[in-house]
Amino acid sequence: MKLLKLVPEDTNIRFLKLRVPFYVVSVLLMIGSWALVATQGLNYGVDFAGGQEIRATFVGEETAPIPELRETVGALEEVEDPVIQRFGAENQVSIRVKLPAEAEGDAGFANAMTERITLAMKEGHPDVRIDGVDSVSGKVSGEFRNDAAWALLAAMMMVALYIWIRFEWQFGVGALFALVHDVSLTLGFFALLQLEFSLQIIAAILAIIGYSLNDTIVVYDRIRENLKKYRKMPLPELLDLSVNETLARTVMTSLTLLVALVPLLIYGPTSLFGLVAAITLGLFIGTYSSVYMAAPILIWLGVNSDSFVPEETVADKQERLARGEA
Amino acid sequence: MLEFPTWKKVWLWGLTLAMIAAALPSIFSAANIRWPEALPNPTVNLGLDLAGGSHILLEADPTQVAAQRLENMEEGVRAVLRQAEPRIRFGDVSTRDGQLSLLLDNAADVDRAREEIMPLMNGTGLIQEWTLEVVDESRLVLTQTEDGADNAVTQAMDSATEVVRKRIDALGTREPTIIRQGDTRIVVQVPGLQDPDELKKLLGQTAKLEFKLVDQTALPTDVAAGIAPPGSQIFPFAEGTPGEGASLAVRRLGGIKGDNLTNAQQSVDPQNNEAVVSIQFDQQGGAKFAQLTEQNVNKPFAIILDGKVLSAPNINEPIRGGSAQISGSFTTESANQLAISLRSGALPVDLTVVEERTVGPDLGADSIKRGMIAMMIGSIAVIALMIASYGRFGVYATIALFFNVLMLLGIMAVGNTTLTLPGIAGFVLTIGAAVDANVLINERIREERKRGRRVIAAVETGYKEASRAIYDANITNFIAGVLLFLFGSGPIRGFAIVLIVGLFTSVFTAVFLTRMWVAGWLRKARPQDLNV
Repeated sequence: MKLLKLVPEDTNIRFLKLRVPFYVVSVLLMIGSWALVATQGLNYGVDFAGGQEIRATFVGEETAPIPELRETVGALEEVEDPVIQRFGAENQVSIRVKLPAEAEGDAGFANAMTERITLAMKEGHPDVRIDGVDSVSGKVSGEFRNDAAWALLAAMMMVALYIWIRFEWQFGVGALFALVHDVSLTLGFFALLQLEFSLQIIAAILAIIGYSLNDTIVVYDRIRENLKKYRKMPLPELLDLSVNETLARTVMTSLTLLVALVPLLIYGPTSLFGLVAAITLGLFIGTYSSVYMAAPILIWLGVNSDSFVPEETVADKQERLARGEA
Repeated sequence: MLEFPTWKKVWLWGLTLAMIAAALPSIFSAANIRWPEALPNPTVNLGLDLAGGSHILLEADPTQVAAQRLENMEEGVRAVLRQAEPRIRFGDVSTRDGQLSLLLDNAADVDRAREEIMPLMNGTGLIQEWTLEVVDESRLVLTQTEDGADNAVTQAMDSATEVVRKRIDALGTREPTIIRQGDTRIVVQVPGLQDPDELKKLLGQTAKLEFKLVDQTALPTDVAAGIAPPGSQIFPFAEGTPGEGASLAVRRLGGIKGDNLTNAQQSVDPQNNEAVVSIQFDQQGGAKFAQLTEQNVNKPFAIILDGKVLSAPNINEPIRGGSAQISGSFTTESANQLAISLRSGALPVDLTVVEERTVGPDLGADSIKRGMIAMMIGSIAVIALMIASYGRFGVYATIALFFNVLMLLGIMAVGNTTLTLPGIAGFVLTIGAAVDANVLINERIREERKRGRRVIAAVETGYKEASRAIYDANITNFIAGVLLFLFGSGPIRGFAIVLIVGLFTSVFTAVFLTRMWVAGWLRKARPQDLNV
C-alpha cells in the first residue's frame, strides 16, 4: 500500500529567510490587536458584562416574532438595548441584555430583569418555552473578568517557566513571546469582528496555549537535538533544518486536530460554536507562531551550540588532559 | 525494545481493561440498555447544561448580618438593664458603624451595667465577639469584633444553607445539590427543572415574620412623609395588599418574631374564601403571643413579612391557643409558598440570586446528539488520515484512539466527574490531539529508516527520541489544564477535566499500548522493511 505523504520528503524550505519581514508584520499585528482591544473593546457576553441572556422557543409558531419582541422587551423599564436574534431554528430566539452601568453594584438586578423579560414574553405567547437562562450580576461578572485575566497570565508564565527549566532561558522567553502573540491575535480577532467574548472563549484560549506550545516544544526539541549534533552549523540554517525536519509532523497534527474540530463546528451544538471557532482559529495562529515567532527569536537572544554543552567539571578536565587531548 | 516481560503486559492490559470496564455502565445507560444491578455501576454524571436544570448562586450581604446582630444586642441590653435590681436607667441609645452606644443616667451604675451586659457578650465563648468600653465615665460602647462578625456570618450562612435545603426538599425536586461557597455564597443545583421561577421565589423569600404593635400616636402626615415618631419605625405595605403604596408606623420594640413556629399551612378563611396561612407557635412563642394579645386588646397590630406590612388587623380578643391566621391578599400559590418558607424557618439573612444558569432538558439532549454526531465524523476523519499516512502503524494508533476514548470515559465514571457541554468539545479535542504522539513517533521512525537504520533500531529510536517532546508537551498542557480547572466553574471545569484526564489516557494508549503492540508484531513477523 502506498502511504499518504502530506509533505514531500526532504523539504528544504527557507522559512527563516523572511524572518524579519514576518516578525515585523507579526509585531504590527500584535500592536494592532492591542489597539483594537483598547479602542473597540471586546464584545463581552453576559459572563463578563453582567446582565442576562434568555433562549426561548416559540412552540407552535413558524418563526419567532422578533420585531414584536424588540418592541415589548425594549419597552420594559430598565431594559436598555436588548439584542434579540434568531438562535438555532427559525422559531428560536436569544434575548441578550447587558447590565446597565448604574446597576453594576446591585446584586439582584440581573435576576429581576430576567424575570421581567420572561413575564413579558409569556404574556403575549403563553406557549413560549424557555430553553435557557444565563443571568449574571455585576459583582460576579467582575470576578469572572479578574479570574480570567489571572488564569491567562498565570498559564503563560508557568508554561514559559517550565520551558526555561527544561531547555534554556532563551527558549522560555521565545515560548512566552509566541504565546503572547497567539493570545493577542485571538483577542484582536474577537475585538475586530466583535464576536461574543465569554467564559468559553477563555477556555478556548487556554486550550490554544496548550496546543500552540505542543508545536513550539516539538520544534525546540529538534533544535536542541540539532544544536548538539551540528556544532558548526550557523544558527539560521540550523533552525530552518529543524523546522523542515518537523514539518511533516506539524502539518499532520494540525490536520488531525482540524478534521476533528470542523465537524463540531458545523454539526455541533450551537452553544459550542464560539469555543470551537476560537480553538480552530488558534490552531492556525499557534502553528504559525511556533515557526515564525518562537524559532527566530532564538537567533536574536543569542542561542548557540554551547547552550546545551554541559560545563566541564574539574574532574572532566583532568580526565581529558590525561587522555592527552588538547 | 522487543523485550516485553509478561508482568508488564499483564499490567498494561489489566489497567486498560479495568478502565474500559468502568466505562461500560455509562455506555449502557447512553444506549438505554439495562446494566445488571448486581454489578457496580460507576457512571459519568451529566452536567446541568446537558441534562437540563438550574444552577443558582445565592449571595448574602454580610453587613446585614452585622446589623441584625447589633439589633439583637440592643434588645438584649435593654432587657437586662431594665430587669436589673434596682433598675439601671439609661438613654441616648444609638447603633451605627457596628457599635451600640448608650448613656447611663448615673455614672455610678457603670460597674453594675457591665456585670449585666457581660454575659450577653460571650456567644460561643471561644472567641471574643464584642468589646465593651466606657467613654466619658457614663457612656457604654459595645463594638463587634471582626472575629465576632465573621463568626456570625459563618453561623448565619450555615443555617441559611439548612433553610435552603429544607425549602428545596419541600418543593419535592429530585437530587438537588446545595453547597456553601466562599464566605457568603450558596450554590444550588437542581437537575431537570424547566422553569426555576418558583424555586427562585422561594429562595429569595427571607420569610422574616414579625408581629408589631401599630403606633397609633403617629401623625398620618408624618407617616406619609416617612418620619417615624421616637421609638417607632415605618414599614410600607406589601405589593398587592389593599394598603399598597401607603406606609404604617409601628412600635420598634415589644413585638414578637415568627421564628418560634411549629407549623404553617396554607388554608382558606371560611368567612371570605381568601387564601390565608395558618401558623402554630411553639409553647414559648404561643405564650409570648398570648401575652401580647392580652395586653393589647382592641389595638391594631401589624403582621410584617420581610419588612413589608401584610395586614394590620385589630386584636379583638386575646389569642391563647398559640395558633393564628395570617391574611395578606394572598393567592393560593403565594400562600402556599409562604407556608413552606415559614415551615422551613426564616433565612437568617437575605439571599440574592447573583448568578443563574438554566438549561431546558430538550436543549441538553439535542446538544448531546449533535456532539456525538460531530465526534463520530471527526473520529472517522482522523482515523482515515492516520491509516492512510502510516499504514499498519496508523491502525495501531486507531486502536489506541478507540481505547483512549473508552478509558477516558471509564476514569471519568470512576472519579464520579461530570460531563458538560464544553466537555464534549474536550473529547473531540482529545481525539484530534491524542494521535499527535503517534504522529511524532511514526514520523521519527520514518526519518530513522531514511537515515538507514535497521527496522528494530529505527522503531526503538523513534519511540525514544519522540518521547521527550511528547512528555514536555503533555506536561505543559497539563499546567494549562490545571489553571483552567482552577479558574473555571461548572461547564468550564468539565472541559478542563476531560482535557486533563485525556492527557494521561493519550500518553498511556498512544505511547505505552502501541509500543507493546508494535513490539509484539516485530518479534513475530521479523519484517525486513517497514511501510511507514
